[in-house]
Amino acid sequence: MTTGASAAGRGVEVRLEDLQRRYGAATALAGLTLTLAPGELVALLGPSGCGKTTALRLLAGLEEPDSGKVVVDGVDVTNVPANKRDIGMVFQAYSLFPHMTAIRNVEFGMQLHDVGSAERRKRAGDMLELVGLSAHAYKYAHQMSGGQQQRVALARALAIEPKVLLLDEPLSALDAKVRSRLRDEIRRVQLEVGTTTLFVTHDQEEALAIADRVGVMNAGRLEQLGPPTTIYSRPATPFVAEFVGLTNRLAGVVKDGEVDVRGARLPLVKPDTPNGPAIALVRPEAVSLVVDGDTVPSPLVGTVIATAFLGATSRITVDMGDGTVLAQMPTSEAGALTAGTRVKLALRKDPVLIARDESKPTEA
Amino acid sequence: MTRSRRFKLQLFRITIFIVLGAFFLVPIGAMLEFSTRGNAINAPRNLDAWKNIVQTPELVSAITASLELAVITCLAMLVLLLPTMVWVRLRFPQLNRAIEFICLIPLTVPAIALVVGMVPIYRWININLSDSILTLAFAYLILVLPYSYRALDAGLSAIDLKTLSEAARSLGARWGTVMLRVVVPNMSSAIVNASLISVALVLGEFTFANLLAYENLQVAINYVSLVDAGTSIAVAVAALLFAFALLMILSFVGRPPVPVAKAEDAEFRVSQTVGLSGGLIGRAGR
Repeated sequence: MTTGASAAGRGVEVRLEDLQRRYGAATALAGLTLTLAPGELVALLGPSGCGKTTALRLLAGLEEPDSGKVVVDGVDVTNVPANKRDIGMVFQAYSLFPHMTAIRNVEFGMQLHDVGSAERRKRAGDMLELVGLSAHAYKYAHQMSGGQQQRVALARALAIEPKVLLLDEPLSALDAKVRSRLRDEIRRVQLEVGTTTLFVTHDQEEALAIADRVGVMNAGRLEQLGPPTTIYSRPATPFVAEFVGLTNRLAGVVKDGEVDVRGARLPLVKPDTPNGPAIALVRPEAVSLVVDGDTVPSPLVGTVIATAFLGATSRITVDMGDGTVLAQMPTSEAGALTAGTRVKLALRKDPVLIARDESKPTEA
Repeated sequence: MTRSRRFKLQLFRITIFIVLGAFFLVPIGAMLEFSTRGNAINAPRNLDAWKNIVQTPELVSAITASLELAVITCLAMLVLLLPTMVWVRLRFPQLNRAIEFICLIPLTVPAIALVVGMVPIYRWININLSDSILTLAFAYLILVLPYSYRALDAGLSAIDLKTLSEAARSLGARWGTVMLRVVVPNMSSAIVNASLISVALVLGEFTFANLLAYENLQVAINYVSLVDAGTSIAVAVAALLFAFALLMILSFVGRPPVPVAKAEDAEFRVSQTVGLSGGLIGRAGR
């Protein structure tokens, strides 16, 4: 609990306790409980409308919960207005004040916190240096790129030395290359200042790349909270399995704590699943391919229809005759798998999840 | 674009400029000419009419009153409308339509009907509060609502009010600070536009003042024209020049840093100058 705090001495604990929020008939948050350790970066990940932004706005004080508590550094701030919460925020939309230069933007918050002008100027300069924009201190928002604007917004949010930093999809308006670079930069800065941070995004890659822990949300609830590796490799629910990463939905039959997918018997995450037909969720990287005619025995035979080169890995789409299966493997091993190649599939014996009941098994 | 097309376009622009310029300058020139004529036939040109402006006490007090009314109306409009509009947009967006409707009502009701409705109210105000001409500011506030609402609405639509105010809030700003340091500076041109149109309306207003028996600038011009046409025309020209001067000053104040916005503002202001001078000329011609 103290790793972040000892790094910079700034992180505080943040607790959201059973937060509920409704908009008319729609429930945005159906009881969210989440604790951020001091200095930790937690990403809330989920589809639009899952309540992640509502959670962040409740923490910021920009909206009020119907019930539940927000506790920052041991103090209940549920009824404290946004401007007294000491929380820095970076928004999805560009939010720099258009009539101020970058450095004036960064100074704005400090001015409201009665920081003397010399100190203010120095700290604003330091913050801009931290985000690598010293050269652009006297530019206006319209003279900067989107990525630069968001970096100034980050510097502005951190300049008031907030107890908590909130990032509301700050990268979603940027193009892919800038996005991944800024993402890494946000993480670097966050580690450097050690501020407890809540990051909201719908982009799983972003969440998995920079968060200490990822919370996957669905329909106003937290489905799973854990380190990125756990979220990815051991999803707790079918929703998480399908939302995070690519997943094959393979028809099979559950029998005695195992699922039989065309002869391959895979262990179950939840061995108490009742027997019967089911959809097994299998990651592409748990699928390996061998050119047909090899000695590896497999009842799963198909034809490669497409190969996507992703850099170090390649993703191969295999037509099984009654559906397609995705496989992901190191590019070095995928060389022989050109379109039209007959392949056998082998499934790694990782525990698999069974899709929810409402998605009736269809032959795949 | 070919050279000949560009030339034609240029020619077209110059023609429009000359025609429109003449449309505005000829009447003003004629007014200037008329106001400097001597009284007798073949009398030499003189500035008697202009000198009369300051020597006619009713005129001086009417001018002062109109200027004061313009300032009061303008300030009251901003204080009333700006926070209301910001608040509605941020907190009660569903009320936006209702507010717009209310603000536009004065546009649909003829001035004469409005005045008739106000007569009893003003009688009460005269007896119980004050009989100063400055009480006309209440009526003028209603009169300028539709126009200033439109101008401010355009300004508010041009900025991301929600994000900017939330950013300021999260940085520790109280609502007053949000208004004065974030909202106002970013819609300064809309505020200037709204103020300008309010000032223009008040300076050109005749019906309300006349029917409620107050002597503002236009009412005074009307009286003076019955006695001394030259002086009334001189006042009208002076009012016009004053408005031009005001425009020049205002267009240099509170310019936004965005160059694109400047060009748009300039066009908007020119169109308002037209409305302003048109109103004054029409009034003076009575």
